[in-house]
Amino acid sequence: MTRPALLRVTEAGLYCEAGDFYIDPWRPVARAVTTHAHADHAVRGSGAYLVARQGLRVFERRLGPDAPLDAADYGERRRLGDATVSLHPAGHILGSAQVRVERDGEVWVVSGDYKVAADPTCAPFEPQRCHVFVSECTFGLPIYRWPRPEALAAEINQWWRDNAAAGRPSLLLAYALGKAQRALASLDPSIGPIYGHGAVEPLHAAYRDSGVELPATRSVGESDEPGAFRTALILAPPSALGTPWVRRFRDPSTAFASGWMLVRGARRRRSVDRGFALSDHADWEDLQAAIAATGAERVLLTHGSTAAVVRWLREQGHDADALTTRYGGEQDDDPTEAA
Amino acid sequence: MKAFAELFERLDRTTKTSAKLAALREYFASADPADAAWAVAVLSGRRVKRLVPARKLAEWACDQAGIPGWLFEECYEAVGDLAETVSLLLPPPVRENELPLHGWIERRLLPLKGLDEARQRAALAQAWSELGGAERFLWNKLLTGSFRVGVSQRLVVRAVAESAGLDPAVAAHRLMGNWSPSAGFFERLIAPESDDADAGRPYPFFLAHQLDDSPDQKLGERADWLAEWKWDGIRAQLIRRRGETFVWSRGEELMTERFPELLVDATRLPDGTVLDGEILAWKDSVLPFAVLQRRIGRKTLGRKILADAPVVFLAFDLLEAGGGDLRAEPLRERRRRLETLMAAQRPGSALRLAEPLPAPDWAALAEARRGSRELGVEGLMLKRLDSAYGVGRETGPWWKWKIEPYTIDCVLIYAQQGHGRRAGLYTDYTFGVWKDGELTPFAKAYSGLSDEEIRQVDRFVRRNTLERFGPVRAVEPELVFELAFENIQRSTRHKSGVAVRFPRMNRWRKDKKPQDADTLDDVLAMIPPGP
Repeated sequence: MTRPALLRVTEAGLYCEAGDFYIDPWRPVARAVTTHAHADHAVRGSGAYLVARQGLRVFERRLGPDAPLDAADYGERRRLGDATVSLHPAGHILGSAQVRVERDGEVWVVSGDYKVAADPTCAPFEPQRCHVFVSECTFGLPIYRWPRPEALAAEINQWWRDNAAAGRPSLLLAYALGKAQRALASLDPSIGPIYGHGAVEPLHAAYRDSGVELPATRSVGESDEPGAFRTALILAPPSALGTPWVRRFRDPSTAFASGWMLVRGARRRRSVDRGFALSDHADWEDLQAAIAATGAERVLLTHGSTAAVVRWLREQGHDADALTTRYGGEQDDDPTEAA
Repeated sequence: MKAFAELFERLDRTTKTSAKLAALREYFASADPADAAWAVAVLSGRRVKRLVPARKLAEWACDQAGIPGWLFEECYEAVGDLAETVSLLLPPPVRENELPLHGWIERRLLPLKGLDEARQRAALAQAWSELGGAERFLWNKLLTGSFRVGVSQRLVVRAVAESAGLDPAVAAHRLMGNWSPSAGFFERLIAPESDDADAGRPYPFFLAHQLDDSPDQKLGERADWLAEWKWDGIRAQLIRRRGETFVWSRGEELMTERFPELLVDATRLPDGTVLDGEILAWKDSVLPFAVLQRRIGRKTLGRKILADAPVVFLAFDLLEAGGGDLRAEPLRERRRRLETLMAAQRPGSALRLAEPLPAPDWAALAEARRGSRELGVEGLMLKRLDSAYGVGRETGPWWKWKIEPYTIDCVLIYAQQGHGRRAGLYTDYTFGVWKDGELTPFAKAYSGLSDEEIRQVDRFVRRNTLERFGPVRAVEPELVFELAFENIQRSTRHKSGVAVRFPRMNRWRKDKKPQDADTLDDVLAMIPPGP
């Protein structure tokens, strides 16, 4: 008789029977192990959350100050039932983790969302040896090859500098948690003042409280004169575009920071002046390298270009399959919000 | 190439005309004339003919990127543009190349034409290893003959003219007809004095706007306007200069050889004459556009096709007489001279005068317009009698007052993803009408829906896919749309047996169920009794 798989997908999410816990459940459960604080991975209402200590402030911000958070250091081993669980840096956002689950020498690693590129706002991705690797593949097509982070930072700063010289505010749209802080860390504060939308400022604060150094920012206040923004860069979540809030900036130059911006069609559909392909996910080559580094004999792919990556890996001789989860949306529906 | 790539990116990033104009002006003011000439050519839509088949391009790019064909297809579907897919897939360039735009085109691109496949392939690999980012994208666009950026020819002309301190109308005229992009050409284009020596050069066409209101509210006195039938043929200029005849279509295609019967009668026109008019297939009365189209499609004109589809040129304007440019004269005066000129044509000439409609007031004109369909015309043209012949589409002096389109309610049955701005969204639809209890494909349409409606249909397509055939999805027959179209013909090439012109989505009939859609018999009943 073969034993049940160490992890399997159930109605509530990815479940480990041996340890009686769920990884990133999409419904409230008794015990959750949570890879990171984005809404599609961290759902409110569970009885307990095991999270990486580095992300504690961010989780509190997202799940509420009284959420039953249980913080573990990266690499710290926890015994849950018959399973041993540890969290390892995923490089996605502050406190993001891969979940390593071991039972009787069998090791599974669930990547959560991850990236390999350098990011000063979080611990770098650390590949874990395992038998089964459950990997995201949001950008699992070879057209996705990220520009070097320094080149992107230079491009963003140049855009800001040009706008400031023309007396035009620069409105940079970025996902409020993670992307906004990473973008902020790459800005050159000598160009002008940096402002934040009400949805991003508390998250900047959570990062600073966690010891991440970020350039100084101010909240966009009701009393600010439009003139105050002429040389400023304003960070805001994508949903702010098209709301009355934006009107105070008078004719701003708009930009969107997202991996999807690598493709011209997506850029044009967004109707922004500029698109910066700043992504917190692995690109095609990093995905291949990350999978290879695990040495996994079996790879399960979740949200993203799942079918293409499964087929590609099989053709490369891997044992690969799709794992149906509810993270993220279908790739081309409206992925821009989360990437 | 770098400067042109920068210009392209500036144009691509903005939707503001003023910003585009500024970018163009700056480019033309500092560009080398040989580069500027090519920039004018490609920006104003002159295509380098596709030099490498798309299939080969994809195959070689796959090879270079080390990926299989199916993965290329997946990528293509996500990007929606062949040139861009190839640009993104290939590894980054390994060296830089400072070759200017004209060098890339003249020394690297055009010579591909004479090469065998192996050499073409090597030349492409070489180019790809020297170009990155926007430059590589542009190279691929030029290679596939599919370069496009959101600027009108008019804007390019204006930028060139402004950067050279020239009247835009002069620049527009110099850009008509046949020219090849070279430093010499660009220098002549921006030269202050007129040395217009090209006998065959047409004038820029003057175009009309669609009139949506009734004319009595918008256009004032009937007596100030000339009314003509709006014929459904090929808008053309017939030029007679220095003993030679030229026929130019509105698409700026030289079509002289296609219409031998016009050439015979054109010899009776005095030298230095330019007529504006419509080419129609005509036998006692006008023949359907499809007949004309069949004739244009022929490489050689045999006796049969000449007998089956003879053409006439219906002249409605005189742009040049005795070698003098009449465009600044009022239409009343141009018409007077046109009528005198045409009176000298022999009876039965293929060159005919477009007669104005005599209807004395707007009401009588509206009544006449109602007879359009029986006459095989699309409605009326209304032109101010005191108007000059302008350049391009101006609001005010010329209006087309078309008849209401035909409409049919039909059901969405297939969908395919769009390209460019609509990449990744299902925007290209096939519609069916009922025949023997089944929906038979009837027409394709891409336009007419708002962005929000497109998003809704896109979501519907994703959730209601029945089958996939490559990029095409068959969907649950549920959504009903009112399709509008201009004309309808029998066709042996279409499964439904009919072909329609300019189909577009008029309305999403959310109030209708699929069973309420029209039948093929309803469609067939619309076909006018023809020859």
